[in-house]
Amino acid sequence: MSNSEGISQAEVSKSVETALAEISKASSIAELKKAKGSILGDGSALAGFSSRLGKLAADQKAEAGKIVGSARAKVTEAFESRESELSAVEEAKLLEKEAIDVTALGRIARTGARHPLSLLQEKISDVFVGMGWEIAEGPEVESEWFNFDALNFDADHPARAMQDTFFVEPTQQKLVLRTHTSPVQVRSMLDREVPIYVLCPGRVFRTDELDATHTPVFHQVEGLAIDKGLSMANLRGTLEHFARIMFGEEAKIRLRPSFFPFTEPSAELDVWHPGAKGGARWVEWGGCGMVNPNVLRASGIDPEVYSGFAFGMGIERTLMFRNEVSDMHDMVEGDVRFSAQFGMVL
Amino acid sequence: MRVPLSWLGEYVDLPSDATATTVMDQLVRVGFEEEAVHNFDLTGPLVVGQVLEFVAEPQANGKTIRWCQVQVAPDGAKAADGGASIRGIVCGAANFEVGDKVVVSLPGAVLPGNFVISARSTYGHTSDGMIASGKELNLSDDHDGILRLASMGLDPKVGADAIELLGLFDSAAEINVLPDRGYCLSIRGVAREYSHATGVKFRDPAQNAKAVNGEGFGLSIQDAAPIRGRKTSQSFVLRTVTGIDASKPTPTWMRARLKLAGMRSISLAVDITNYVMLELGQPVHAYDLDKVKGGLIIRRAKKGETLKTLDGQERKLSEEDLLITDESGPIGLAGVMGGFTSEVSETTKNVLIETAHFDGISVARTARRHKLFSEASKRYERGVDPRIGELAAARVIQLLELHAGGKAGSLGSTYSDFEPATEISLPTGFASELMGVDYKQDEIEKVLREIGAVVSAEKTGLKVAAPSWRPDLLHKTDLVEEIARITGYDRIPSLLPVAPPGRGLTREQNFRRSALNSLAAAGCTEILSYPFVSSDSNNLFADATKAVVLANPIQEEAGALRMSLIPGLIETAARNLSRGLTDLAIVEHGSVFVSSISKPPVFPDTSARPTAEQIANLEQGIPSQPKHLAGLFLGSRLGSQPGSKSIAVGVEDALGAARVVGAAVGVELDLRQAKPKGFHSGRSAELMVGKVVVGVVGELSPSVSKSHDLPRTVGVFEINLDALFAVAPLSVTAKPLGTLPAATQDLSLVVKIETPAAEVLAAVREGAGELLEEILLTDDYRGSNVPEGSKSLTFALRFRAMDRTLTQAEASEARDAGVAVAKQKFSAEIRS
Repeated sequence: MSNSEGISQAEVSKSVETALAEISKASSIAELKKAKGSILGDGSALAGFSSRLGKLAADQKAEAGKIVGSARAKVTEAFESRESELSAVEEAKLLEKEAIDVTALGRIARTGARHPLSLLQEKISDVFVGMGWEIAEGPEVESEWFNFDALNFDADHPARAMQDTFFVEPTQQKLVLRTHTSPVQVRSMLDREVPIYVLCPGRVFRTDELDATHTPVFHQVEGLAIDKGLSMANLRGTLEHFARIMFGEEAKIRLRPSFFPFTEPSAELDVWHPGAKGGARWVEWGGCGMVNPNVLRASGIDPEVYSGFAFGMGIERTLMFRNEVSDMHDMVEGDVRFSAQFGMVL
Repeated sequence: MRVPLSWLGEYVDLPSDATATTVMDQLVRVGFEEEAVHNFDLTGPLVVGQVLEFVAEPQANGKTIRWCQVQVAPDGAKAADGGASIRGIVCGAANFEVGDKVVVSLPGAVLPGNFVISARSTYGHTSDGMIASGKELNLSDDHDGILRLASMGLDPKVGADAIELLGLFDSAAEINVLPDRGYCLSIRGVAREYSHATGVKFRDPAQNAKAVNGEGFGLSIQDAAPIRGRKTSQSFVLRTVTGIDASKPTPTWMRARLKLAGMRSISLAVDITNYVMLELGQPVHAYDLDKVKGGLIIRRAKKGETLKTLDGQERKLSEEDLLITDESGPIGLAGVMGGFTSEVSETTKNVLIETAHFDGISVARTARRHKLFSEASKRYERGVDPRIGELAAARVIQLLELHAGGKAGSLGSTYSDFEPATEISLPTGFASELMGVDYKQDEIEKVLREIGAVVSAEKTGLKVAAPSWRPDLLHKTDLVEEIARITGYDRIPSLLPVAPPGRGLTREQNFRRSALNSLAAAGCTEILSYPFVSSDSNNLFADATKAVVLANPIQEEAGALRMSLIPGLIETAARNLSRGLTDLAIVEHGSVFVSSISKPPVFPDTSARPTAEQIANLEQGIPSQPKHLAGLFLGSRLGSQPGSKSIAVGVEDALGAARVVGAAVGVELDLRQAKPKGFHSGRSAELMVGKVVVGVVGELSPSVSKSHDLPRTVGVFEINLDALFAVAPLSVTAKPLGTLPAATQDLSLVVKIETPAAEVLAAVREGAGELLEEILLTDDYRGSNVPEGSKSLTFALRFRAMDRTLTQAEASEARDAGVAVAKQKFSAEIRS
C-alpha cells in the first residue's frame, strides 16, 4: 500500500519508539523539558510526518493521518505520564526536605483562662435564664435598709448580729458591705412588676478570717420568685431541676427546717451529690424558704395575693464540692495556675 | 445548746440504745443543726480506792513522789481488772492522807486524750494503775492534786465503779439553736422538740415543781423609759432560802451534767442556779440576802452611774441600761450580770433568788453595749417564757433545801404583768396552699396543740393562741412552718413552676461575658482579688480622700475599698512572682468604690412600699460603684522556643488586651497620649471612644513597680466598663461591601517626634474622605534622611469606590487631600 511519498506504519513506529525511549531516559522534569522539542516540538520526527501529511494525495491522507495521529497521541500520553511521574518524585523529595519536627513548634500566643468562680456563676445563670428567669445585680456597698430592714431583720433581733457585718465609715450613714445578695431581691421587687423570677449572683462580705474553708469576700447566688399561688413544692421543683443540671441526673435535694428572717417557713438545703469524692452523699448546699410576708409588704407586694420563694447558696462552697477544690486559699489568691486548670471549662 | 442524755431522758423516754448521735439525728428533722458530741472520753476499769499507806520518796529531779498502797477491791475479792485487791501505785500529788478515798484507774483503763493506763516501771517501782485528778477525768480543771472523793461529799465503798459514781457514763448532744427558738436553750424545750421529732410523750418539767409562796420583800418596777415602748418585765419573782451551808459540795450527778452542758462548777448555790437555768430556760440570779439593803427597785440607769459586775469589772452605765437596785444603788445589770457586792460566797447563809422576765431588746442592747454576752442575756435576747418564773424559783428552792440544807423563807415577792397570748387566725387550706402539701385538718390541729398552742375553731378556720414560750409565733406563716416541720419537710412534693417568658441576659451582662471570654481567648488569665486596700494603694492611682473606708476592717492596713483594680493586680502579680511564675497576663473584673458623703439617710418604715422620695434618699448616700476591667502584663509574652527568642512584654500587650475588650463590645478604642496617676509619664495613654475617656493604658510607673518588687516594665490597662458600655453601639448597621477593585497607596509623612502617630493618622483619614477604606501605620522611622527631632511615619492606604473602579489619579487626589490636613495640623511633609 505504501509508496515512496506515502507515510508507512513502520517508519512512524520507529520514530515513536525513539521518542518513547527518549522520554523514559529523562530522569528529571528539567531533562524532560529539555527533550520536549525533539520529542514533540517543531523539529521532531512527529512534526516531520505532520508536514508530509499535507503533501499527500487525498486518498492517502486519511490512512496516513490516522497513523500519525495515533503516534502523536501515544507519545504525548507517554510524555505527560512521565512528566507527572517525575514531578511526583520531585515533590516527594521536596516534602522530605521540607520536613520539620511539628512537636517542637513554638506557640504563637499565650493560653488564657477564666476564673472558675466566674464560670460557675455564668453556668448557674444560664440554667435559670433557660427557664425564663432574669439575672439581677446590685451594689456591693449597700444601705442597711436594703441589706437588713427590708428583709425583716429587726434592728434589735439577734439575727442581725449573726451576720458578721463590715460597716462603712461614718457609721451614721448606715452603709454596710452587703452580707448576702438578698438586697438585690428587695431592689428587684421594687423595680419590677410581678410576676418576678430573678436570679441574683454576686460578691458578698462577712468579717471572717481567711482559712481553708472561710473567706471574708465570697460569692452567692440567690433566686427569688414571686407569683400567684407559688408554694414550697415549687421551690423544691426549682431546686431539684437546678441540682440535676449541676450534679447530674441522679442528684436530688433534701430540705431541713431552719430559720432566716426573710423566709417563713425556712429550710436548709442539702443536695445528693452523686459524684462526690469518696462516693455519693448528702452535702449542705444552701438555705431557702417561702418569702416572709413582712418582706413582701416592705416592697409593696400584697402577701394576701402573692406568695414567693427564695433560695441561696455559696458559689465557693459549690465549687469546692463540685470540683474538689480543697482549700479556699486557691480561690482567692490569684495564683494563675488555679484558673489555668479550668481554662474555659468547669 | 448541749443536752446531756441522762437529763433529756427525764422528760422524754429515750430508746435504750440512744446515743448523742441518734438524738441529734432526730432533732435535725425538726430544725436544729448538729454541732458535736460531748462525753468524758474515758473507759474503765475506774474504781474507788482507799489509800492504805504511802512512803514519800524524794527524787534526784527534785520531785517527791509517794509510793502508795491502795485498796481497790474489798479484802479477798478480785479488783475490776481481775487483779489483786491491793495495788502499789506511784503518785506525784501530795494532797491526800492515809485513809482517803480516791479514784483509781486500773490497767486497761483509757483516760481522756487516749491515755492508756497500764502497769509500768517508774521511779524504781512498778506502778500498777494511777490515782486520778479531776482534770484527768475530764470532770474539772483541777490538776493541783488528785481528786479526793470526800471533798465531793462522797464516801463510797472501796472497789465501787467510779464511772457510775461520778456520772462519767453520760454524753451530750450539742445542737445549734437558731435565734427564733429561744425556748430550746433549755432541756425543757429540747425535750419538747424531741417529742415532736419522734412522737414519744413529753413530760413537762415545769409541772414537776410546785410553786412556793413568799411575800413582803420590797419590789418596785419603775421604768420611765421603756425601750421601743415595750413592756420592761412581764414577771418578777423573788424568793428567799435561809440557813444554807454554801460550802457544801455540788452533787456529783449535777456536776457531771453541768460539765457536759459546758458549764464550770463554781459553788453549790451558783451551780444550782445554772442547773435550773439549763433545765427550764429561766435565768436565775442568787443574791446573798444579807448583803442586799432594803427592797429592790428596777429602773433605768442614771447618767454617770457605775456598777461593778460579778466579773470584777467596773462598768459605766448608759441611761438605756436596766438595773436591779437596792438602797445602796445598782446591784445588777438586769438580765445580763449580777453585781459584785451582793454575790453569794462560801459564807453565805441566806439567799435571795430572782427569776425575772425582761424584755429581750432591752437586754440585748445592754449586752452589746457592754460586750457582756452571758448565758442569761443569750436567753433573754431570744425570749424567755414569762410564765415560768415562779416554778423556776420553786425548783431552785427545792434543790437548795435538798443539797445545801436550807429552808424556804417566807419573804418574797411576786410581780406579774403578762402580755396576752398572741392570737393568730389560720384560714382553712392556707397551710396546704403555701406548702403544696395536702394536710388534713385534724393533723394540723394535733400539731398546733403539741407545740403548746390553744386551738379553737372560728368561721374561716382556726384561732390559735401561741404558747407563752413562743414569742416567735406571730403570723399564720409561722404556724405553717410549725405544721410543715413537725409533719416533716419530706412530704413536700416537687413541682417546677413555669416562669413567664424572659428576656435573657441584659446587654451589659452579655458585654461583660464577651469581654472576659475574649480576653481569656487572647491569653489573659482571670483572677479575683479582695477589694480591701490601704489608703496608700488607693493614692497610687486615685484620690484616696474620696475612698470608702471600713469601720471594722479585718486588717487595719487594708481598711479602705479599692478605687482602682490595679493595686489588687499588683499584689496578685507579686504573689505569683514569689511562686516562680514570672510571665503574667492577668485580668480582673469588679467594682471600684468612690465615696459620696451626704446627710445620714432616714430609713422608711417597712410596713409598706417606700415612696420614690424615700428610695432616692436611701440611694443618695450609697457610694458610686462602677464596674471596672483591668489587666497587668509582665515578663515574657512568649518564652524562648525553637526558632525564636523570648519576646518581652511591653505596653503593647496591655493595649492589645484593651483593644480586645473594645472589640468585644463593638467599639474601636482611640488613644490619646496622657500621664495618668501611677503610670509611666512617657508611655501611657487614655483610651477613648470619640471624646469620652473610658480607660487608661500604659506602663506602670517604674517607681511603683520597684516598690512592689515587680520588674521595671509592667504593662497595665484599666477600663471603666460602665462608661464603655454607655458608648457601645446598641446594634450594628451593616454597610454594603464594595466589590470593585481597590487602589492602594503608601504614604510617608515627616512630623515632629512628639506628634502622636494616632493623630496624624486621624488627620489623613479625615482629609482623605469616604474613598479611604482602610489606613494602617506600617512604619515609624527615625534616623538618616530624616531631620533631627522628626520622624517618618509610613501608612498603607486602601481606597475604593462603590460605583466605579478607582484610577490611581483619583486615589492620589484623595491621598493628597489627607496629606493637606496633616500638613495643616502638624506641619507634616511628604518624605522625599
